[in-house]
Amino acid sequence: MLDWTSSLYGLAGGVLIGLSAVWLMATLGRIAGISGILSALVLERPKGDTAWRLTFLLGLVSGPLILMALGGQGNVAGEPGAVIGAPAGGVGLMLIAGLLVGFGTGIGSGCTSGHGVCGLSRLSPRSMAATLTFLVTGIVTVYVVRHLLGGGA
Amino acid sequence: MKTAMLKPVAGYLAGLLFGLGLALGGMTDPARVIGFLDLAGGWDPTLMFVLGGAVVTTFIGYRWVLRRPAPLFTGAFQLPTRRDLDTKLLGGAALFGIGWGLSGYCPGPAFASLSGLSLPLAAMLATMVAGWWLARRLG
Repeated sequence: MLDWTSSLYGLAGGVLIGLSAVWLMATLGRIAGISGILSALVLERPKGDTAWRLTFLLGLVSGPLILMALGGQGNVAGEPGAVIGAPAGGVGLMLIAGLLVGFGTGIGSGCTSGHGVCGLSRLSPRSMAATLTFLVTGIVTVYVVRHLLGGGA
Repeated sequence: MKTAMLKPVAGYLAGLLFGLGLALGGMTDPARVIGFLDLAGGWDPTLMFVLGGAVVTTFIGYRWVLRRPAPLFTGAFQLPTRRDLDTKLLGGAALFGIGWGLSGYCPGPAFASLSGLSLPLAAMLATMVAGWWLARRLG
């Protein structure tokens, strides 16, 4: 079960994500929360605080592309070298999942990056509670879909 | 260079590091994420290493950065100050976790996978934005 190569890639990827969060705080004084950065970019476009959000999105999208262009290895399960994996379901499932992720991170003030990475690093009680909550409901959801309903991959 | 120019450059670098980290860590693969959440199946620990590496790096880096009086290119650090738990926080996180478990995508990996856009991913990105809009209307 423990695959050392994918675990080491995971650790290296995590350090890069951490460096991104530290860099954003050091330069712009902001939490690297993807749902917060991108929802404000799409919905509000605050004056003087939009350009960096747009370039952040461009950077986020270009990360996997640059890894591919450099001939770097991705870490897709069962597909050595692939960088971007296939979606887990069809359009119907993804429409529902998207709404839950958007609405949930919207009213819950954050996602895996804002609460999970930045919030846990700041020892924020709100982020600890949020992270524990979305981990539990995520685990229960996968259990229900895969093992009780028998759907999914 | 003026700071008006430096802010977008700093934003790009942050996004690039984040996207590279997600791709290298295998988080642009929903199967890895769902595999991590699947405790009763062939559990995939990769996400634990990604989150662990990110949290330890950020924990150390923040302690160093937040000792400074201000960020390099803006006036002040903008940190959340609330510490209380409420139903919006926990209810929102619970709903997010369900969508995360169904799709294997949280917002970062979903947008970072744009270059491999498929119809299901496009559908998810569209309703994710709709969900953000709805949360602002109702929240």
